[in-house]
Amino acid sequence: MKMSKLAALLSTVALFSSQAVFADITVGVSLSSTGPGASLGIPQKNVFALLPNKIGGEAVKYVVLDDATDPSVATKNARKLVSEDKADVLVGSSTTPAAIALSEVAFESKTPQLALSPISIAADRSHWVFRTPQNNSLMAGAIVEHMKASGVKSVGFIGFSDAYGEDWLTAVTPMLAKAGIKLAAVERYARNDTSVSGQVLKLLSSRPDAVLIVGSGSPAALPQTTLFERGFKGQIYQTHAAVNQSFLSVAGKAAEGVIMPVGPVVVNAQIDDSFPSKKVGADLVARYEEKYGAGSFVPFVGHAYDAWRLIEAAVPLALKKAKPGTPEFRAALRDALESNKDVVASHGVYNMSATDHFGLDRRARVLVRVEGGQYKLLGK
Amino acid sequence: MDLDIALILTQDGITSGAVYALLALALVLVFSVTRVIFIPQGEFVAYGALTMAMLQQGKVPGTLWLLVAMGVCVAALDLFRVLRGASSDGLASSLGWSLGYPLLLAALVNFLPASDSLLVQAALTLAIVVPTGPLLYRLAFQPVAESPVLVLLIVSVAIHVSMVGLGLLFFGAEGARTQPFLDAQFALGSVSLSGQQVWVLLASAGLIVALWLFFGRSLYGKALRATALNRNGARLMGFSPVFAGKLTFLLAAFIGVLSGILIAPVTTIYYDTGFLIGLKGFVAAIIGGLASFPVAAGGALLVGILESFSSFWASAYKEVFVFTLIIPVLVWRSLTSHHIEEDE
Repeated sequence: MKMSKLAALLSTVALFSSQAVFADITVGVSLSSTGPGASLGIPQKNVFALLPNKIGGEAVKYVVLDDATDPSVATKNARKLVSEDKADVLVGSSTTPAAIALSEVAFESKTPQLALSPISIAADRSHWVFRTPQNNSLMAGAIVEHMKASGVKSVGFIGFSDAYGEDWLTAVTPMLAKAGIKLAAVERYARNDTSVSGQVLKLLSSRPDAVLIVGSGSPAALPQTTLFERGFKGQIYQTHAAVNQSFLSVAGKAAEGVIMPVGPVVVNAQIDDSFPSKKVGADLVARYEEKYGAGSFVPFVGHAYDAWRLIEAAVPLALKKAKPGTPEFRAALRDALESNKDVVASHGVYNMSATDHFGLDRRARVLVRVEGGQYKLLGK
Repeated sequence: MDLDIALILTQDGITSGAVYALLALALVLVFSVTRVIFIPQGEFVAYGALTMAMLQQGKVPGTLWLLVAMGVCVAALDLFRVLRGASSDGLASSLGWSLGYPLLLAALVNFLPASDSLLVQAALTLAIVVPTGPLLYRLAFQPVAESPVLVLLIVSVAIHVSMVGLGLLFFGAEGARTQPFLDAQFALGSVSLSGQQVWVLLASAGLIVALWLFFGRSLYGKALRATALNRNGARLMGFSPVFAGKLTFLLAAFIGVLSGILIAPVTTIYYDTGFLIGLKGFVAAIIGGLASFPVAAGGALLVGILESFSSFWASAYKEVFVFTLIIPVLVWRSLTSHHIEEDE
């Protein structure tokens, strides 16, 4: 018994020392692949099986953990990744609360983090944190511009009663005020609510010209179908998190005509060749769907892949300054992530700066309309 | 708010209340017969709805393999007991139910062409998911049937967590919706009723009447009531508590799956939706003191209507209203009823 314990101890020691000898680059990943965020986390987990295991001639190791959409598990994962696996960079998490939990550890341990969710945190905490998805205000801008152009005077808002819904409301409220559009009613619902009739009736009683639904994936379909059943004739807008096949199949004919802002990769075949991200996007969609089936691509896949593109671009610069596994390497990696210009990824082109850790610009958004059960690029 | 909106909200509340009522009845039934606070009740709703959705998409639902796996475990347990020297009476019929039935069903689902008929799909869903109820009792609760309520509660929490995890594995993270049984609209004055809502109400009312008849008129129903009142007394009268447990779980699973099939066309169901629906049924069951069927059903309607009105007035706090309801109810119950210490 004692011998076997000793052997186990020795082999563990051997394992750790071997890690120290071959200083691979370690990418620590925590994703919400179970729990309420699973519809985002599962496709993102799939991405890491597609990635090459070398960057700039250096071997890369991916340690992918599941945080069950739970911020406390995400924190635990992050500590493990940083202290045991000696992660050089953290990726994750899929959902906002878990991503914020990771950012705390990233800040403490001085490890760069690529969040796969558009989190807003205090500027000093944001030093080590970069986000791959589009800023909510970037997407909200596209919607408000479209509303203004089509003469919408008042809008009803129904969103998730969580950080995502809240963030959208904070982003869209000043823009609507500036465009002279009235925010007629604000309602909330939860991801697994079985009925939103009450909220929808309240929205309709304020007689809005248009309704903005803020939800993700198939849960975004419930207000859509309820509005349809109650005979709402105005324009409905959804957000980029709602885009996937399940949304279309659950909402069915109620989804016809809905307008949503998305990353161009979603309608990659329809966009103009002048989009710089078109080639990367087409390549990613093809590789992903080859492995996981036709129609399996969702925008969240792109966010995870874009995190890898950013790392890939930053690693060669950091390798010039320090060896992987050291604090100097992590600091150099962070600086490279911030200073890199024109990193072309699947959703758009990243230009991070000291003040902007989102990095995407207007080239990372297009508007689509659902027609005949398909996402169709608007204005073509 | 005008009268029209109030009417629509009431109607919506009654529809969801009808489903909560069914779940509350199942919870009261399971608790009174086996003393198990059956937290996974809601999971049967989700399993039923999503199994039906998968059958409609022409896929073989994962719940079928769950049934087969559970059957194999039960058969192995039974064989092990016989090998250890227990009596082999009834082994053949037990093996037939635990092995033969799931395998036959698996063959049926895999080799017969998928049917477009909603009734066939619903029947198949019931045939697949409902038997997991008694198998679950055999595997998880029968070995600890005499334990204190707290142990049974812990077991039921464990089952809830594993069933949610398996649900994610079987059905994926995205929700599904099934085709309605009746795609019609009825106008009732200023309120329009959808065909599916009528279905939910009729089926719930029918099931409640059927349960009432079952417990009031049939021998098995009376035996279950006797077990609920006094387990030892029922055993002395020759009614096996093991059989009572299995029968109860069969009924509970049936009620859960049927509720799932009924609401799947009205709303989107996710692998983890069941828990919240089950909890609301639980609030209603608490209103009935986990003992009274009619009070629990009334409580369920109250929960449904409260939920629908609070979603109109203050949608962000909807769940707060529903679950806060339990506090005055508990105060009222503790003031009006004498607490009897359970002998543990």
